[in-house]
Amino acid sequence: MASVFSTEAPAPDPTRSASAPFSALSLFRPGDWFVFLAACAFCLVSFPLAWRGGVAEKLVVRQGGRVFAELDLSRASRIDIPGPIGTTTVAVEDGRARVVSDPGIHQYCVRQGWLERAGEIAICAPNEVSLEIAGSDKVYDSLNY
Amino acid sequence: MTRSIIELETTQEDHRVARIAAAAIALALVDSAIPLPLPGIKPGLANIVTMFVLARYGWSTAAWVTGLRVVASGILLGHFLSPAFFLSVAGAVASLAVLAFAVRLPDRVFGPVTWSLFAAFAHIAGQVLLVRLWLIPGNGVFYLVPFFAAAALIFGTINGVITARLLGDTGSVREFGAQNA
Repeated sequence: MASVFSTEAPAPDPTRSASAPFSALSLFRPGDWFVFLAACAFCLVSFPLAWRGGVAEKLVVRQGGRVFAELDLSRASRIDIPGPIGTTTVAVEDGRARVVSDPGIHQYCVRQGWLERAGEIAICAPNEVSLEIAGSDKVYDSLNY
Repeated sequence: MTRSIIELETTQEDHRVARIAAAAIALALVDSAIPLPLPGIKPGLANIVTMFVLARYGWSTAAWVTGLRVVASGILLGHFLSPAFFLSVAGAVASLAVLAFAVRLPDRVFGPVTWSLFAAFAHIAGQVLLVRLWLIPGNGVFYLVPFFAAAALIFGTINGVITARLLGDTGSVREFGAQNA
């Protein structure tokens, strides 16, 4: 293969003198071509593999037991969820999510702070809103397990 | 007050390691001075030295040279013990581990280009793993993998060709040896 591109033999000659013309392709040994092509193939394959949708982690927001919204954690956003006693505001920032405000009395879900890891949950029971981080690798749900 | 002179016993090998490590550190500085669009991508010119030493003097000398280069260039560039330093360590450890294997491949079939590609991909793999496990525990870093892989392919090939050239070129090897003597 190398000989197509260069006039020198593909196998490098260890005794080649310093004055020999520089030909990069002649420095490839047969196996090097194989490794090079495998590396090229890996690069090509890595684009669709890394960029398919499944990699991104997302936040699942439920209201009254139904999925209200699914938010991409890699994009900052803020949504208002209407419930029986008012509006719950949820914010996504820097790959994590939290309840910004909630009409409930105890404010448990607001005080819980940022949810960062897959499987983390915040529940605003009075307003029937729940947040869950859904990741590619789901950890055990210790509430149900 | 008596003056005491501490004299360290140094071997030929120590001198050689120090001399080559100095060359590697210089190349690491050149590396970091070359502007590239994505942080974390650099030509890895210092790896040429690692592979050259690996072929000439064996793995343990290559490991010494690489270790000294990582620490010294970390101090010189001001990122010693910072995350960038640990990334550099992770890349160096991964590529040295892979090189230990790659250098044992049959000589006739696989040359420096193979070593270089293996080392370059191991380097990014080590770094991406460290980022994923420690620095940014999320899958976002994998979005960048294609860019890292493309950089490893391009620079790995170029560095491999340069190393093959240096090793095949008896003239420069003699020069190198003459400086050592």
